[in-house]
Amino acid sequence: MALLQISEPGMSATPHQHRLAVGIDLGTTNSLVATVRSGLSGVLIDTHGYALLPSVVHYNADNSVEVGYEAQKKQNNDPHNTIVSAKRFMGRSLKDIDTSLLPYKFIDAVSSVSIVQIETRAGAKSPVEVSAEILKVLKARAESSLGGELVGAVITVPAYFDDAQRQATKDAARLAGLNVLRLLNEPTAAAVAYGLDNASQGTYVIYDLGGGTFDISILKLNRGVFEVLATNGDSALGGDDFDQRIFCWILETCKLSPRNAQDTRLLLSKAREAKEWLTEHAEANISCLLSDGEFVNLTLFYEHFIELTNNLVQKTLSPMRKAMRDTGLNIEDINGVVMVGGATRMPQIRKTVADFFKQTPLTNLDPDKVVALGAAIQANTLAGNKSDTDLLLLDVIPLSLGLETFGGLAEKVIHRNSTLPVARAQEFTTYKDGQTAMSIHVVQGERELVSDCRSLARFELRGIPPMVAGAARIRVTFTVDADGLLSVSACETSSNKEANIIVKPSYGLSEDEITNMLKASFTSAEQDKVARMLVEARVDAGAIVEAVSAALKVDSALLTAEEKHLIEVEINTLKNIALTENTDAIHQAIEVLNHATETFAARRMDVSIGEAFNGKNLDTINL
Amino acid sequence: MTQNYFELFGLEAMFGIDQTLLEVNYRHIQSESHPDRFVTGTPAEKLKSMQLATLANEAYQTLKSPANRAAYFLTLKGITTITETNTAMPSDFLMQQMEWREAIEDAKFAKNMSALDDLLTEIKQEAKTLNAELISAIDTQKDYGAATKSTRKLIFMDKLTIDINKVIELIEN
Repeated sequence: MALLQISEPGMSATPHQHRLAVGIDLGTTNSLVATVRSGLSGVLIDTHGYALLPSVVHYNADNSVEVGYEAQKKQNNDPHNTIVSAKRFMGRSLKDIDTSLLPYKFIDAVSSVSIVQIETRAGAKSPVEVSAEILKVLKARAESSLGGELVGAVITVPAYFDDAQRQATKDAARLAGLNVLRLLNEPTAAAVAYGLDNASQGTYVIYDLGGGTFDISILKLNRGVFEVLATNGDSALGGDDFDQRIFCWILETCKLSPRNAQDTRLLLSKAREAKEWLTEHAEANISCLLSDGEFVNLTLFYEHFIELTNNLVQKTLSPMRKAMRDTGLNIEDINGVVMVGGATRMPQIRKTVADFFKQTPLTNLDPDKVVALGAAIQANTLAGNKSDTDLLLLDVIPLSLGLETFGGLAEKVIHRNSTLPVARAQEFTTYKDGQTAMSIHVVQGERELVSDCRSLARFELRGIPPMVAGAARIRVTFTVDADGLLSVSACETSSNKEANIIVKPSYGLSEDEITNMLKASFTSAEQDKVARMLVEARVDAGAIVEAVSAALKVDSALLTAEEKHLIEVEINTLKNIALTENTDAIHQAIEVLNHATETFAARRMDVSIGEAFNGKNLDTINL
Repeated sequence: MTQNYFELFGLEAMFGIDQTLLEVNYRHIQSESHPDRFVTGTPAEKLKSMQLATLANEAYQTLKSPANRAAYFLTLKGITTITETNTAMPSDFLMQQMEWREAIEDAKFAKNMSALDDLLTEIKQEAKTLNAELISAIDTQKDYGAATKSTRKLIFMDKLTIDINKVIELIEN
């Protein structure tokens, strides 16, 4: 099959070549892609010279789509089939969304868990699919302007996104054919761009109010290390809400009856224009003709706009206070406050932040671009390109993770603001004689009742040997990786028979759904799951061969001749097997090579960490 | 032989550690072991890096907090500070605890923020005294019995701080 001979991302690049990697800001209102070229981070523009891509997707009847400005033009005339602000629905079910003001037909799609979908003329679309369309356009833009295939991308997410929303974002990237190097928190990305640009040291606050999300992060900047001390926010608060306040005011003032979808979209657009106008003017004129011939002609004064939106501005104060308390710092300890996100252009926001922190906020970076620029810098580092700055980001988990215990209470296992990666175990026992199964319910949130937290996963641990009540020891381990994504494993430790399972909560899409969607997007009909798995196995094989070969080139002195020979033999075996179409054999050979390099990996790390460990062997460190 | 947290950061096992050295060495270990350094590494390297970075985070958080550091130090000496059965606390301390708890309840009922702020300041002061006691008990006297008592008190103070912050959040919302 000719299609399979096309080199996959990450396979063709030789170690010393500049690897093409980008940072993508997948925003509620606008999205951007940026990259580092000749040591400088810059935003990539489209063929018309635009940097911003409106996060709008329009579906045509023939399943073709328009994304960005073209789609935005259609939103007033064809609101049902033009999806804006899809980010607000990521990882959400229907009950999480206030649908009253939105011109969409929502459906609650129940696959493994309930996720929301939007009915369009091209069929039901999940927010993951909509976001994937936006990502595809940015990927194509990057590949055409950089002239090659991307090794991978860093995609930014609001710091306050929970596990479901992060997983959904990762699924969208996968659907768009992007290799995700890292999910990066938006305020952290902004801090990188700001901190490196201004050579800042000290404690900084990032106030990030975007189109649909609000984040506050407090970071310590120290010689290229960006350590997040605390983060907080509201993943359903942003510039969109200010538009809606104006929209409701128009309806009230003109005594308009509930509107159809076209009028709703038109009035929301007018509301947004008025909001933006009021950033630099004392009054805004709102006029338009509605579908029933009614004419709207109003003037909104700045003072009144402040009144209408005051409680939205106040809503950002509580997360600010919480984050400050979590760090244990005082206002005087803050060296600077960086404003990020288009909504921070509103003067009342800037004033509120200035009053709270008793200093003028920093607005010298473009609030629309700073997140993408920071993500590009991180992508460049993660792709393995050499850079002058030794960058390290230490981020935290925004919301506590826990388990349901008796009486519907949530027992926290990992607390919010724990530095990533983090792992923690909790022991439970059986409460009935002879009990052989236990159900485990994983939740995320700060509240004490499970019903007030977000449910992430439910699973059954089976095969517990029958014992008297309280004798079994079930150890549940939570692991959160550097992307902020959770996996849970559980085992019964008192018996020799260990029941061990690993669960990755998944709310975005199932493996089969992704296969089906990828299949539908291929023109070639014979592409199926088997072929995709073979492609993925070959990509994995290529990646490990490349990584091990690169390591051997640098550090073969750490191995005896015999050890080195053994690894080389396994590399060659894997290379040969990867040429066959036997997916299972490829996976096995990867496993064998992986096993053969474990000692090598530990020795390499020993050397690099060096003196801080007093020369002790890392094999002696156990979790 | 497994390294303990103090050894991990090249510190002498004691209560009055050099905080700056802890921070510097933590950042050094993370710079070398963090999963971001191994995105293009082998799976074995990725796993090792994940384990090491996780361990460094756990160890750093433990040593950074005075209460956790004291409790951890005593664990290394074979003394368990937090057990369900061992709740014997001096009666004057228990009385003081009850007074503070009542004050929190009163402030919660009256939505009195400044009273809560005052309580936090008072507790911070008390924690300072306990820190001084621990330096003396652990580092100078090596009186681990006294250290255990002070550590338990400090753990109580930490819990109290968390509870006050919860009440503050409740009032704010």
